[in-house]
Formats: sequence, structure tokens, C-alpha cells
Amino acid sequence: MLAKRIIPCLDVKDGRVVKGVNFVNLRDAGDPVELAATYDREGADELVFLDISASVEGRATMIEVVKRTAGEITIPFTVGGGISHVDDMKRLLRAGADKIGINTAAVRNPALVSEGARKFGSQCIVVAIDARYNPEWGEWEVYTHGGRQSTGIRALEWASDIQKLGAGEILLTSMDADGTKDGFDIALTKAVSERVGIPVIASGGAGSINHFGEVFSEANADAALAATIFHYKEMTIAEVKDDLRAKGVEVR
Amino acid sequence: MIAIIDYGMGNLHSVSKAVERLGYNAVVTADPAVIAEADGAILPGVGAFGDAMENLRETGLDAVTKAYAGSGKPLLGICLGMQLLFDKSEEYGSHEGLGLLPGEVTRFSGDFKIPHMGWNKLQFRQADSPLLEGLEEGHVYFVHSFHVKTGQAGDLLATCDYYGDVTAIVGRESLFGMQFHPEKSGELGMKLLGNFLRLTGREGEAHVS
Repeated sequence: MLAKRIIPCLDVKDGRVVKGVNFVNLRDAGDPVELAATYDREGADELVFLDISASVEGRATMIEVVKRTAGEITIPFTVGGGISHVDDMKRLLRAGADKIGINTAAVRNPALVSEGARKFGSQCIVVAIDARYNPEWGEWEVYTHGGRQSTGIRALEWASDIQKLGAGEILLTSMDADGTKDGFDIALTKAVSERVGIPVIASGGAGSINHFGEVFSEANADAALAATIFHYKEMTIAEVKDDLRAKGVEVR
Repeated sequence: MIAIIDYGMGNLHSVSKAVERLGYNAVVTADPAVIAEADGAILPGVGAFGDAMENLRETGLDAVTKAYAGSGKPLLGICLGMQLLFDKSEEYGSHEGLGLLPGEVTRFSGDFKIPHMGWNKLQFRQADSPLLEGLEEGHVYFVHSFHVKTGQAGDLLATCDYYGDVTAIVGRESLFGMQFHPEKSGELGMKLLGNFLRLTGREGEAHVS
């Protein structure tokens, strides 16, 4: 059966990693390619690059980062951030990215999901959902623009919609859990996993080794994504995997 | 030199880089003369079976690939490239393949997630194959919705389990196929690719920096 995946995420701005990283023996801790290669060696199953460049030049730099990364690492990687057209997808896939992540643009223009899936295959299209619990609804609401803007869209319905449109995977970030280090959002992840037939990557809230076991066994996530805890060496990917293996979770 | 056959299906950059990292010269090419000269060839591919066969026929690379396989030099099909080695596929209609190996390509069906996407563990069926030499069973990275049913059990070198046995590696003499992406499969993937490349007898031809 398929192994559960551990996925580090790198925020990249103008070709440089922006969130602090704390690896020893890196020649250049800000170089996304060197960091990607390090995570590959440490046993990451996949990588996500989130491009937070605001300028055209910054985005052009990302293409170079993708090209260099594709030549350096031996695991699949996803590129997301600011992608709003199939031409953007094509450029990044041509440069060597394996998957494309879209978020705000998918909400604004859902046809982008179906168009991308038809042109490049569903396996290339990862739709990111940023969700926050809405107490009035008693369920979760989709947010866009990096979690700043509410949309009035129900997250569970949106998850079904994007699957129908051809998304190959859902990268699900809990705005409630993100940054807390209190653990992944089990209720949200479970609800989305049960709703769709495509893989769900849980994101937001990882703070201790047990959190990974929880999100796989209690919420049935297919993969778990984390940034800070890996960047700051609070734990290594190998430690997370050893713990999962001991708990009987299949990992690579 | 290793020819990576370019027939307009998918990104060949990662495969080419992986070959170079293993110390071989890689050339991405559609030129029949260059392919014929190569010490080994790789038929990659991502996309739909029918489109791929059409591209191969239009460019004449179907005949070139068949001739290459007939020459006895090592040829490796990766992902869709492996499926193309077989007789036929039922992907969106019925399509004839290259027919280099007996068998057909069918869609996964059942109440489970399709595509089969992610890391799955290889189970070696013929551990004495030169392709598997010195290796231990481990996880490799798959992305596919269709899979091969081999016509001859002897061609099956490794499988994985995804709601039943899935053909993962095939081989006969100097012809091989991998359903997963060795270039995206970490250390084990690189070792598998390395074992294939070693069969070309050109180990260390390129300087690895």
C-alpha cells in the first residue's frame, strides 16, 4: 500500500528562502535548491515551494530555482504561489516541477483547475485550501489571499467541487491550527478526507512528533506538511518517520 | 552516450539530469541517427497512450525504437514509456502499442483512489535480474491510472501492492520497463537507474562534478 508522506514546505521570495532555517553545514541557508537537496537526503518524500514574490522579476527567478532544483533532487516537488493561468503552469512544469499548487486563483476562476487537469493531467494539479472554522455555520470556510480574505464558500463543498473539476490532490491548511504548534486540525482534515476520493495533505499546527501519528491514524491524511519544525531542526524527518514506523504507519 | 527519446510527451529534464548525475552523457533527442548510435536508450513519457503512439508514428520514432530494441542494446521505458512497449492499451479507446513485449494496459478499477500516486514498496519477483542486483526492496514513486498485465510471467521482475499486484518492473534480455519514476524515487530509484545504465558498459564516461 502507499506510504504516508512527509513534506517540508519552503517559502521562497525573489529566489531566496525567507523563513528562518537552522541547518548546520549549509553553505547558503537561503538557497532553496541547497535546502531542497538537504531535505531530499534526510528522507523527505516530496517538497513544496511556495513562491511569495510580489514582482514579475521575483517570479522569473522562481523558474530558475525550479530548473536547478529539478536537476538536484530525486523526489517530486510542487510549486505554488501566484499561479493564475495555464501558461504559468506550463512554464513551471517545463522547468521541471512535478505538480502545480493553486489557491486563490482556483477560487476566483474554478475553470483553471479543469483546464490544468485536462492539459497536464490531474496528478499535476494540487488545489490548496486555506480553511477556518466558522462557528455560525458549524463548519469551515475557505479563505484566500494567504488567509486574509473570507470567501463565504464552505470548505467541504469546495473540496468536492475541485475534485469534480479534476484536482489530483488537496493541500489543506487549517488557519486555526497554523502557527499554534498544538497539532494538525484533526476534525477538519478528517472531514475533508471523508468527503473526497483524492489524497489530502494536512498542513498547519505541527509542533511535536506525535502530531504526525495523530493526523495519519485519526484523520486519515495521506501526507503531512510542515515548515518551521523542520527548518529550525526541532525534529528531523528521520525522527518523525521512526516514530511513525514504531506506530505501525507505513512510511518510506 | 545515453539517448533520451524525445517524442513530445512530458518533461525530460529530470530524467536527463539523473542520467548525468550517475556519470553518463545524456542526449535528449528525436534524431534517429543519434538514437541508433547510443549505447543505451530511454523511452520516457507522461500523458495519454493514444497521443504518445500517434506522436511516435508521426515522427517515425516507433520504428526507430523497435529497431533499437532489436539491436540488443539496453532500452528502458519509464512510466508511459514502459506501457508503450506492450501490445495494446484500452486507455480512451483501444490503441496498439509497440508490441515489443506481450501484454496489455488496462485501467485500475475499484473503490479506491485513482491515480495510484505516491510511494509504494517494490516486491522483487526475480531478484537475480541484473536490474535488481545488489538492491533491497524499498519504496519508489508511482503516478499512473493504467497498469500493465504482462502476457508472460517471465517478463515480470517486480510488483507492488495496490489493491492487488501491480506490474512495477518488467524485463526481457536487454529490454526493460519501470512503471514508477526512478528519477523521482530517491536513492533506490537512482540505484535502479544506475543498474540499467551499467548494462550499457559506459560507466564513468562523463565527469561527475
